[in-house]
Amino acid sequence: MATPEQLAKYEMTIGIECHVQLNTRTKLFSGVDNDAREREPNTVVSPVDYALPGTLPILNREAVDKAILAGAALGSKIANVSRFDRKHYFYPDLPKGYQISQMYQPIIGAGVVDVYDFATGETSQVRIEHAHLEEDAGKLSHASGYSLVDLNRCGTPLIEIVSMPDIHSSTQAKNYAATLHRLMVYAGVTNGDLYHGNMRFDVNISCAPKGSKQLGTRSEVKNLNSFKSVQAAADFEFNRQVELLEAGKKVNQETRGWDEAKQKTTSQRSKEYAQDYRYMPDPDIPPVVLSDEHIAEVASRVPTMPHQYRASWESMNLDSSVVESLLDNPRLANKLTQVLDGSSAKLAARVAHWFTLVLATDSELDDEKVVAVPTEHLVELATMADQAELSSTAAKDVFIKLGGSKTPRQLAKEMNLLQVSDTGEIEKIVDEVLALPEASQAVADIKAGEFKAVGFLVGLVMKHSKGKANPGLAQQVIREKLR
Amino acid sequence: MSEIAKIVDRVKSGKSSAMEEVKAALRRAEDHEGYNIFINMTSERALGRAREIDKKLIKGEDVGALAGVPFAVKDNYLTFGAPTTAAAKMLESFDAPLQATAVEKLEAEGAICIGKTNLDAYAHGGSTENSYFGPTLNAVDKTRVAGGSSGGSAVAVALGIVPFALGSDTGGSIRQPASFNGVVGIKPTYGTVSRYGVVAMASSTDVMGCFTKEVADSELVMSIMAGHDERDGTTLPNSPLQVPYLQKGKMKVGIIKDCMGDGVDTEVKAATEQYVKKLTDAGHSVSEVSLPMYKYALAIYYIVVPAEVCSNLARYDGIRYGYRDGKTLSDVFGKSRDGGFMPENKRRIMIGNYVLSSGFFDAYYLQAQKARTLLINEYDKAFKDHDVLLSPVAPNPAFKLGENTADPLKMYLEDIMTVPPSLAGLPAFSVPAGKTKAGLPVGVQLIGKRKCDAQLFALAKEME
Repeated sequence: MATPEQLAKYEMTIGIECHVQLNTRTKLFSGVDNDAREREPNTVVSPVDYALPGTLPILNREAVDKAILAGAALGSKIANVSRFDRKHYFYPDLPKGYQISQMYQPIIGAGVVDVYDFATGETSQVRIEHAHLEEDAGKLSHASGYSLVDLNRCGTPLIEIVSMPDIHSSTQAKNYAATLHRLMVYAGVTNGDLYHGNMRFDVNISCAPKGSKQLGTRSEVKNLNSFKSVQAAADFEFNRQVELLEAGKKVNQETRGWDEAKQKTTSQRSKEYAQDYRYMPDPDIPPVVLSDEHIAEVASRVPTMPHQYRASWESMNLDSSVVESLLDNPRLANKLTQVLDGSSAKLAARVAHWFTLVLATDSELDDEKVVAVPTEHLVELATMADQAELSSTAAKDVFIKLGGSKTPRQLAKEMNLLQVSDTGEIEKIVDEVLALPEASQAVADIKAGEFKAVGFLVGLVMKHSKGKANPGLAQQVIREKLR
Repeated sequence: MSEIAKIVDRVKSGKSSAMEEVKAALRRAEDHEGYNIFINMTSERALGRAREIDKKLIKGEDVGALAGVPFAVKDNYLTFGAPTTAAAKMLESFDAPLQATAVEKLEAEGAICIGKTNLDAYAHGGSTENSYFGPTLNAVDKTRVAGGSSGGSAVAVALGIVPFALGSDTGGSIRQPASFNGVVGIKPTYGTVSRYGVVAMASSTDVMGCFTKEVADSELVMSIMAGHDERDGTTLPNSPLQVPYLQKGKMKVGIIKDCMGDGVDTEVKAATEQYVKKLTDAGHSVSEVSLPMYKYALAIYYIVVPAEVCSNLARYDGIRYGYRDGKTLSDVFGKSRDGGFMPENKRRIMIGNYVLSSGFFDAYYLQAQKARTLLINEYDKAFKDHDVLLSPVAPNPAFKLGENTADPLKMYLEDIMTVPPSLAGLPAFSVPAGKTKAGLPVGVQLIGKRKCDAQLFALAKEME
């Protein structure tokens, strides 16, 4: 391990390539189902995916539109003309012997991503070099003495987002990955399921003495599938490289893999064995020609993005942890904004807190159901809580029951949760409480000027009314009666 | 009446039946076994289809424009009924689970495939000598080559076994064997016929076409095969063959001077000039035209095409189908490809990988593509003053078996006149122009503007 003093002498520089699986209905170049989850191996494979002789790729226009959406989310210019190229290498999970990708004229141009620091709330910028469309390969599983090939994933559309080397800490690397994930999920181009490999990250990392203008030799850690592993791999590599440099050794340019169990990287392939991919324009696929009108029309479908939500929610004064957890669910975020637009910051803030209940891990609430609740019902419930017609606990109970045809008021009545705010009614209860033997000491104290005892009496009133009395009103009545 | 029209008439009128036509064709194929025309027959399936068609006829149902017409298919088209081998050991026992779009369209009109014809393995060659199954012999002189790569189909038509046969043309593979055997060979505009289901050679110049004895039969067959296919993104949205050629009157024909110089056999020149005389006699105007880029065409072709070839052959890796040898992964890749490909296949794979390698790509592949654009521009210029261009099909008539096998470069030179229209995607027909004193057929090549196939058909029919 490099010492903290040694580490402090160096700066790390990171560029990330991120593969995003698009959630199109069918694959990139064949008409078969693109969703192979829970499917038997090799059952979602067309003659094209299988690379039978004579079969030809036909570009899926939905994937092109998703690429436009992704590009818009990255703030990138979309190319009016882009083309596909063949990247050649032999591997059993690559049936054609080449991957169809975009080497020379990618569909998505340069852009900038505002990377949100989830701990500090600050943003930093990472430039996007370009992003391109390509097809995914199949999967191999290795047994002893043989390997099995599953081509279900073969031909799934990917966009590969290539960043500039603008990242200088492992935390920033993690935040960049998480920010990209948010952007792509919000743009609606991917299911964003990291467990199923919907987004995978290749981290290129080098280190050089602080202040040095020249970058060090980089290593590339491939196929990371969680934000945490992006950070851990960057930390591990930084440490490893600094250790080498401090020992007077050289960093090898190489591809490394991430061992999740051991939390370390291991060498896979060094530069001397790097493949020559022999890129060639794909003569089977005509160029993708997009009009400005079409690009604008598709890009206009990009919904509100997380940073825009953050800005518009500032008036609610929510804790940043509440904001971030709501932003994890674009549908709830969108609903909350509707509530905010249809009421006030104060009321919407109440709704925001109820929404966090939905996101709790043990929650039985379904976000789909919650999103379907009419906005005016949510506003009504928040108003009732705000005006103390419901205690905060009672309001939560009503919130959980929302979603049917009944209004919050009808539900509160049925559930017998409405607070008593009628002064006459409260006076009656207060009179009863003041007459109780356990109240006598407090009454005496108050009369002697010890107003602290008011709270005790309010507590008795609440208990006596089974929680329905409006506590503010009860306090007021008690004070008046004992003046 | 053309040959195909006669058969359709016989079958539809009940003078014969699909079954009789198919059986007769199979008998003719058997009689000519010595020519090594077919790799596999599709007899059983053909007889079954004939039976079906005859049943429909009895019921008075529509059986299509090619009812009961037997035909042969180059063995790089995927078909049912027999393996699709591409004349390579790699695919010797490959049973295709689908049929080429072109074959499906012909079958839908009642045509019946009787067998799969020989070719240079993977269509690499100009003599059909590169076949894993041995060479096909010339229809006129059995000591000579059939030409290639669609040699089997050309000879099948020339010997009258079938009235039409399918070929594919990447740099002359239909036109040259048509010329060598004295039949009509059609290479349409690139993108006219779907390539789906045909073993790819070079994607940017591969076109599907046919052989017949008469131009009218070719026109009929091509009009059925042509058309947009949603499974081939490079097919034209509107088929040039479905648009009839309406322009009446005389045409301006340009004879390509660069193809009439040194190195061209005198008897080939004489036959070409004879055809030119026929044109002028018929009132068409013929003038010389020069295309200086022609001298670079072969160099362009033998960079671009091997690049696409090596890429398109990468899928034959021994993993999913085809010939397989070896135990470990790299062993399987290496040995399967070493054992499954013919020497000419390997030569082109080597050239292709070389020109695509990092450091060489710009100097070879990109440079060749730029030169290709210049060639296309030159054609465009020539077509400003001409409706049709004309040249011999090949510099020589059919050569002797084995004559060029030891010298690949000499073999490549035989493509010198057919390659340029392929690089430009132009329609180019090979039609019989005459014979040498020894009786060897010589063809002439008519080259049209892009998508002006109908114009070529009009001229070729008139001059027949």
